[in-house]
Amino acid sequence: MSEPVSAATREAYPAGLLQLVEDGVDVVAIDADLSVSTMGYQFGEKHPNRWQTVGVAEQNMVGIAAGFAAAGKTAFIASFASFLPGRCFDQVRTSVAQPRGGLNVKLVASHGGVTVGEDGMSAQAIEDLALMTALIPFDVIVPADYEEAKQAVVAAGKTAKPAYVRTGRPKVPGLYTPEYGFEIGKASMLRAGSDVTLIACGVLVSVALKAAELLANESIGARVLNMATIKPIDREAVIAAARETGAIVTAEEHQTHGGLGTAVARVLVETTPAPIEFVGVDRYGTSGKWDQLLDYFELTPARLAQAAKDAIARKR
Amino acid sequence: MSTALTATVSVDELKDIAKRVRGHIVRMVYAAQSGHPGGSLSAVELGVSLFWNHLRCDTANPAWPARDRFLLSKGHATPFYYSVLAERGFFSTELLAGFRQLGTPLQGHPSMNAAPGIEMSGGSLGQGLSFAIGHALAGRMDSLDFRCFVLMGDGELNEGQCWEAAMAVPHFGLGDRVIAMVDRNGIQNDGFADSIMKTHPADMFRGFGWKVIECDGHDMAAVDQALSEAERPDDRPRCIVAQTVKGKGVSFMENNPGFHGKAPTAEQLQQALAEIEAGL
Repeated sequence: MSEPVSAATREAYPAGLLQLVEDGVDVVAIDADLSVSTMGYQFGEKHPNRWQTVGVAEQNMVGIAAGFAAAGKTAFIASFASFLPGRCFDQVRTSVAQPRGGLNVKLVASHGGVTVGEDGMSAQAIEDLALMTALIPFDVIVPADYEEAKQAVVAAGKTAKPAYVRTGRPKVPGLYTPEYGFEIGKASMLRAGSDVTLIACGVLVSVALKAAELLANESIGARVLNMATIKPIDREAVIAAARETGAIVTAEEHQTHGGLGTAVARVLVETTPAPIEFVGVDRYGTSGKWDQLLDYFELTPARLAQAAKDAIARKR
Repeated sequence: MSTALTATVSVDELKDIAKRVRGHIVRMVYAAQSGHPGGSLSAVELGVSLFWNHLRCDTANPAWPARDRFLLSKGHATPFYYSVLAERGFFSTELLAGFRQLGTPLQGHPSMNAAPGIEMSGGSLGQGLSFAIGHALAGRMDSLDFRCFVLMGDGELNEGQCWEAAMAVPHFGLGDRVIAMVDRNGIQNDGFADSIMKTHPADMFRGFGWKVIECDGHDMAAVDQALSEAERPDDRPRCIVAQTVKGKGVSFMENNPGFHGKAPTAEQLQQALAEIEAGL
């Protein structure tokens, strides 16, 4: 078995696209003048006939992708999560989500969350999951490491429906090897435990694993679920977590409104009410190094561990 | 081969078709008691000339991959659009009676593939030219020589996305695949375009590297000729700017901002139908 690769999740984007072409998918990919950051240019170097850059014009990019998809292509578009969907939400809704039940367009938005770092609040997307989960046909995926991001791009590329994949800027620890079989809508349990469940996505998955270590030092058994797919959420995994551990913490690099926490809470109240604590980012950001910002926003193992204890204390 | 490309229809015949289309438009908006008659009536000659004499399509095989695409970017002009599609034979004119009503495929704004010939969803302005670019690039990849004809309104040109796309068409060398048409009726939702937001469509498209063909949008022969000129290869993409009259053909709707999005009364309908028949 190979070792998990530690890299930024955005670096997996071109790798996923290349895999799709190899697998015979009729892919096109478009960038909007951020391809050296989304890494889309690497795909363009290999397949110049399948890659376009449209300049700084996200709205146009979405429409072009819709036109490609309507002509039978599997169209990927990439930018920063603050602009895609932030700059072009109406185009995504009208030109992609609504036609024919959803055109075959995949948004791969890099630089999600606050770990963009130094660029500051305007570049730090903490609304994108709320926007994208509000579009009916979209799958919404936040991979936790390089391998999962690659497999998520491939999985999204093999469906005929629209999808949103959020990747990140910083290098994050590897969690999975190529043998991992990512499936849209399936959570991955990274650690067993019976006292509480930490449900996280993206960068926060590694933070949750560290929090589970802290809790273990206090003899608290924390289950860790990587809930990479926010929509459709893995209801069975959430229900099992509530039944078997009785307390839930969600953690995401996003507002606590409209993202992972909201999706998990809905499953709980519909099926298995249990105490839940939400960890997220409920204020606009500032500049700093990405790991400093995780501290600044208290997206830390200590905060998650405290949230776990708070949730446990509320068990009946 | 039944792939009935374009017909060659005389100007007189086109005028007769245009009359029927105008009749459908006012009846549909009357029956629905809502909809957009003004910007539908202004586009009639453009649409009729295009669909009968220029657009390569096959009503028996509307998904024919090599067909030319007509993309209604000014999506509120559905009374015009659906009437043209029905008269051209994409679906029965009987469907028009259900326009905007529960259960109809003919929504207030177009829903892609809801009925034959509807190539794109619309309603939120400014999105058609971008869609055309993607479609045309796909056609080039797949060695299909279809063209995309995009109909836009002059009010719609307020939307920034139009200009992102206008800049991209020449950049991608899509001049022989994407043809723009502007229905320059001079009125938008809130009033006269010159008072809401002054635009200069011809100068603006020229500034973005397009060849602009100006014509009287209600002179059928002139429209027909403008479309022929637009089809001729050139190193620039072509944009037809058709000078039109909002509400054309119905005296009380003509140049009247009040009929951008309002239905006639029963009495007004009778007057409108009589005027259309008389060819005012």
